[in-house]
Amino acid sequence: MNYAELFRITLPETALEVAALLILIADLVVLRKAALKTRAGVAALIGVAGCVAAYCAMPAQGIASPGGLTFHATGELLLATGGFAAVAQIGILVLTALTLLLLVGSDFTHHVGEYAAVVLMAATGGLLVAAAQDLLVIFLGLELLSLGLYIITAFAKRSGKSAEAAIKYYLFGGTAAAFLLFGFSYLYGIAGSTNLDRIMQSMYGWNAFHTMPLLYVALVMIVAGLGFKVAAVPFHLWAPDTYEGAPAPAAAFIASVSKVASFALLISISTAAWHAFSNPSSMQQTMGALQSHAACGTACQGFEVSWSLILAILAVASMTLGNLAALVQISVRRLIAYSAVAHAGYILLALAYFSGTSRSADAVLYYILTYGLTTVGAFGVVAVVERATGSDRMDAFLGLHKRSPMLAAVMLVLFLSLAGIPPLVGFWAKFNLFAAVLAVSAGPVPFTLVALAVGFSAVSLYYYLQVLKRVYVMPATEETAIKTHPVSTAVLVAIAAAVLLLGCFPALLDGWIQSFTLTR
Amino acid sequence: MLAWAIYISFAGALVQALLPKGKAALSRWLALAVATAGLALGVAGYAASMDQGFRVIVDLPWVPSMGIHYMLATDGISRVLVLLTGLAAVAGVLFSWNVEHRTNEFFAFFLALIGGVYGVFLSFDLFLLFVFYEIAIVPKYFLIAIWGSTRREYGAMKLALYSFVGSAMVLIGLLAAYTTAGSHSTGLIALAHAGLPVSFQMWCFPLVFVGFAILAGMWPLHTWAPTGHVAAPTAASMLLAGVVMKLGAYGCLRAGIELFPHGLDPWGFSFMGIGSWRDVFAILAVIGIVYGALVALAQTDFKFVIGYSSVSHMGFVLLGLMTLNQIGMTGAVLQMFSHGVIAGLLFAIVGRIVYERTHTRQLADLETMHLSKRLPFAAWAFVIAGMASMGLPGFSGFVAELQVLIGAWKVDPWWTVAVGVGIVIGVAYVWRALQKAFFTDKLPTAHVLEDEHAHKLAPITWPEVAGFTLLAGASLVVGLYPRVLLIQIEPAVRTLLAGGVR
Repeated sequence: MNYAELFRITLPETALEVAALLILIADLVVLRKAALKTRAGVAALIGVAGCVAAYCAMPAQGIASPGGLTFHATGELLLATGGFAAVAQIGILVLTALTLLLLVGSDFTHHVGEYAAVVLMAATGGLLVAAAQDLLVIFLGLELLSLGLYIITAFAKRSGKSAEAAIKYYLFGGTAAAFLLFGFSYLYGIAGSTNLDRIMQSMYGWNAFHTMPLLYVALVMIVAGLGFKVAAVPFHLWAPDTYEGAPAPAAAFIASVSKVASFALLISISTAAWHAFSNPSSMQQTMGALQSHAACGTACQGFEVSWSLILAILAVASMTLGNLAALVQISVRRLIAYSAVAHAGYILLALAYFSGTSRSADAVLYYILTYGLTTVGAFGVVAVVERATGSDRMDAFLGLHKRSPMLAAVMLVLFLSLAGIPPLVGFWAKFNLFAAVLAVSAGPVPFTLVALAVGFSAVSLYYYLQVLKRVYVMPATEETAIKTHPVSTAVLVAIAAAVLLLGCFPALLDGWIQSFTLTR
Repeated sequence: MLAWAIYISFAGALVQALLPKGKAALSRWLALAVATAGLALGVAGYAASMDQGFRVIVDLPWVPSMGIHYMLATDGISRVLVLLTGLAAVAGVLFSWNVEHRTNEFFAFFLALIGGVYGVFLSFDLFLLFVFYEIAIVPKYFLIAIWGSTRREYGAMKLALYSFVGSAMVLIGLLAAYTTAGSHSTGLIALAHAGLPVSFQMWCFPLVFVGFAILAGMWPLHTWAPTGHVAAPTAASMLLAGVVMKLGAYGCLRAGIELFPHGLDPWGFSFMGIGSWRDVFAILAVIGIVYGALVALAQTDFKFVIGYSSVSHMGFVLLGLMTLNQIGMTGAVLQMFSHGVIAGLLFAIVGRIVYERTHTRQLADLETMHLSKRLPFAAWAFVIAGMASMGLPGFSGFVAELQVLIGAWKVDPWWTVAVGVGIVIGVAYVWRALQKAFFTDKLPTAHVLEDEHAHKLAPITWPEVAGFTLLAGASLVVGLYPRVLLIQIEPAVRTLLAGGVR
């Protein structure tokens, strides 16, 4: 690793940071006297430009050579480029740009420049997390991301809910980070390395056999930390409060970008676990270990088995609790939060049954990217309705089809997509995900879990319809038209159109993701 | 050519959704034009492929990585059902001519539903079929919840959840079949030829069959049907009974029996005379026929009578499918057509012609209204529709039910005996409804006559006459000359029985 290489690989992150600084300069120096609208517009514009620049600066655009930043001394990978990391990073950039555009129509804060800057810095953390291959870089990226999220959650200074949500989020997050670090330290103790690949390889050795209980402790700790990030039961408690209290663009960011980054990290870990097993040189090592220690037995697959087991438990708990809790919500934001828990459950299922080919990674990325897109749109609608009615209760959506047919139509498309109704993209994501699970193993257990997941998506239709019922069916209590900022309108319509279009032509996104991952 | 029936329906739905508010007349004529075009395409496609069996319309890779094809094709069965859909669509538009509340949205949902139904009948890729099947669920919910009557939100949600649970079961079966076949194709032909293991078919068949049969109104999972039908606006209940229940039956046939033929094999043991899934579903179908008829006999709400009669008539379809012989299954397909037309007609008379004028559907109230004098058209229309529903010779129901009965007799005479009881009760409930609603023997007093004279019921409009003529004519034509449909159905059933698709 030399600094030129470091600079080249982290160019996208740098671009975002530069954009963040530019926003601050523009906002605090040039536009001090300008109107809030102008400042928000400029901040969003620079932010989007930063995202575009970061995209252009991504190394190895053709992804012909998945590689990354390595230590020269050991050849260990620090940051990956290309492959699914690139897919996740591009997804993060797109979603960040969309959430920044939602800022234009909102009025929760006067400090728009600072808000946009913090969002970009958090997105930097997201980019790092998506690419990280080393425990230390992972932790660094996660903390960078999380700190940004705590700040933007608290950004609506006039709202008590926002502050409450932020402090809850912060306390939970801090605890989770502590667990994660603790788990990482155990993992380092077992493996003697902070590199993911190296750790996984050492799991097959003699060492791992004697440290099985310790490995379980480490994994449980790590899953606690990461489960917090993806809002999996039982580490989901922050989600409803944060989704409810945070300003809508911030909630959209938390629900989309942070999720994409965290799931990309989970893909990294699962892929590393698989590579260790399928890599010829490490296979030889494994065989050597097997021969020298005939008693190895099941412990040889220590990481795979225990990791899958823990993820499967979280998946079942998440989809059960998420879906059932969402049934009784009366706040649309909390409903989205619990549905997010449920969606995390579906994805964790695919991570629990992860395949060595790129199939599973593709399916998870497909799911999380389209889910992120849909959620940003949903929060966009909630934000507009909330500003018009002052509430995010379901009853605030009464008669929306009369007050704003555009918002109602967008809501219809997005919520049906979340429920998994074809031909919208959410259905393909689910189908792809479940097919990937069954492609790995079609035994009775994964099959039962998939059946459970499909059954729960039938349950989920009920609560999504509860909202749509108010939008379209029930009589309106107020009929004044709701005005939407043109930028918000454009973003929402674009998202709804994308959800519909990608649903009608699912091969588009699928092919695009595969163009990155198949070369691996 | 037939594929355009799908596209113009969805395009029509989109145009309707974008239509400015307050253009009700334009919206109606547009809907009628789209529905008529669909019917014309259906008729033309039917006539053009009179002596051809299986025809591929379009076959494009849709999701290459998963082997999913956008494959539309037809055989005799699907062409008959496309024809039915066209008829039901045109009649549905005609009988909702008086919808004034959010007219363009109504027709947007209506046409989207029709488009989805066309799609199901034309898909020959299991995945595509499922996609269209689900597309048809959502518009139903909104049609009932927004424009419905009695307990509409309850009825709509119940229907949507039942449908979605059914489709979840189908999706699980689809995923399982796709994974087990390992052929990386979801084409019906590829899956049918994948040689799925018998043990797999044994558990996957009931899953998929029940998933679809929920929508076909199989007892005891039929409870969505009466409440949904009653809550729905006229056009929606016509479509529900006319084509949506057929979606379920068609799915049972196409995705259940064709894909998993060994799922119907004997288990190898028998419990109380039940030795296979075939016996189980046949008995449920027979129960449905008798139960539906008995419950219809006891209803006080006119529309509930028709709703339960639908359950009873759909039992014939399921029983016919379970006979697994040429005549029984031909009868089942013919019964799908026949019931689609007749149930549509009955719902139109009850929901549009009578209810929109009298504003009550209670038989006890209708009894005091002397409708045979005040609405002679409705009375005679119901006589004709009722005769068709009873299965009198000359109407399509007779040919269909006779074939199902013969097919059932060949398998197990006891089924036929039980169904015979159901048919007799069928005559009774139609008779009772007819007598109570129209031909009451309470003579009006002079005072009542005066009162009725003062409050004349709105005259019958041309769309009602046109819609009635269309549906009753269809039933009569098929009843008098069943070959017109059988010529297509019989070869298709024969190839199906000879070993799956083709």
